[in-house]
Amino acid sequence: MRNSLEPKPQRSAALLVVVLLILLAGLLQWVYFTHAATAPGAGLTALAQAELPRSGVTNPVTAVLLNYRALDTLLELSVLLTAMLGIWSLGPATPGYQQAGAVFAGLAAWVVPLLILSGGYLLWIGAKAPGGAFQAGALLAAAGVIQRLGGDPRASLPNESAQRWLAIAGIGIFALVGLATLVAGRGFLDYPLAWAGWLILLIETFATLTIATLLTAAYVGGQPPPSQTTATPGMHRMQAPDRKA
Amino acid sequence: MDAELLYASAGFILFVLGIWSLLLHRLLIRKLIALNIMGSGVFHLLIATAEHHGEPADPVPHALVLTGIVVAVSATALALSFGRALRGDGDD
Repeated sequence: MRNSLEPKPQRSAALLVVVLLILLAGLLQWVYFTHAATAPGAGLTALAQAELPRSGVTNPVTAVLLNYRALDTLLELSVLLTAMLGIWSLGPATPGYQQAGAVFAGLAAWVVPLLILSGGYLLWIGAKAPGGAFQAGALLAAAGVIQRLGGDPRASLPNESAQRWLAIAGIGIFALVGLATLVAGRGFLDYPLAWAGWLILLIETFATLTIATLLTAAYVGGQPPPSQTTATPGMHRMQAPDRKA
Repeated sequence: MDAELLYASAGFILFVLGIWSLLLHRLLIRKLIALNIMGSGVFHLLIATAEHHGEPADPVPHALVLTGIVVAVSATALALSFGRALRGDGDD
């Protein structure tokens, strides 16, 4: 790195910044604590709890994400997609790291299946306890990062066209469910009560795949390398040390 | 209440430390780390505002933080890609 070449700011400017920031911190603390002392209500807690029986899930955070403010979540997935398209448009990915040694490969053989299992658990438990699509997607993406660090140039993602389908799957299913509720004469993403739980699980399942794909692709950091240069896919390679153990 | 104050104070400190680093460092990667630290401060503050004296926590800020973390990660990745393209060598 070029840290040693980084130009130093002027000492007086740095001092001025520090003084102003200390004042800013004091001001923020004062505003917050006077507000916290006089805050009247409990925000949207009561409303969220009251509507919970009609949301299809029993975890209020999942109800906010996938029911009350589902449109926000749909748009956030679009933000992720936009970021990945920006990364891909900047050129091909770097070739990645050399193949991992036996120790790292053995670690990955243990950790990656555990991450996939935990991701599935978090996705399922999200309906009634902390968990859900974002947590599960982050865990799966962590598995992809480990595979990339272990020498798989594509981080165990499928080929490019399949990646494109995975990247839009969550948004597509989300939007289709919204359109279906529109066609059925309800509001956009206004689920019928009897189906709400299953619709949320369906959306979350595909959202998990999309989030995992987008985050892993962001870590790979460019358009995926063409398949002929790809080594054997990570999962198959990782089987061998697992059997020995 | 005490945990709430602790979270809010930590949030302000992280936010201000992030601004400090953002203003006084010139390397892009340091600025990005600073922006992420500022974001962590905002997340701390949102979590603090969700608490209300023993009642169940407000789920809306929790949901905002949850999606915000993932969006922050991908925005950072995009910024790193921009930085690499700007440097033009692409070796890290």
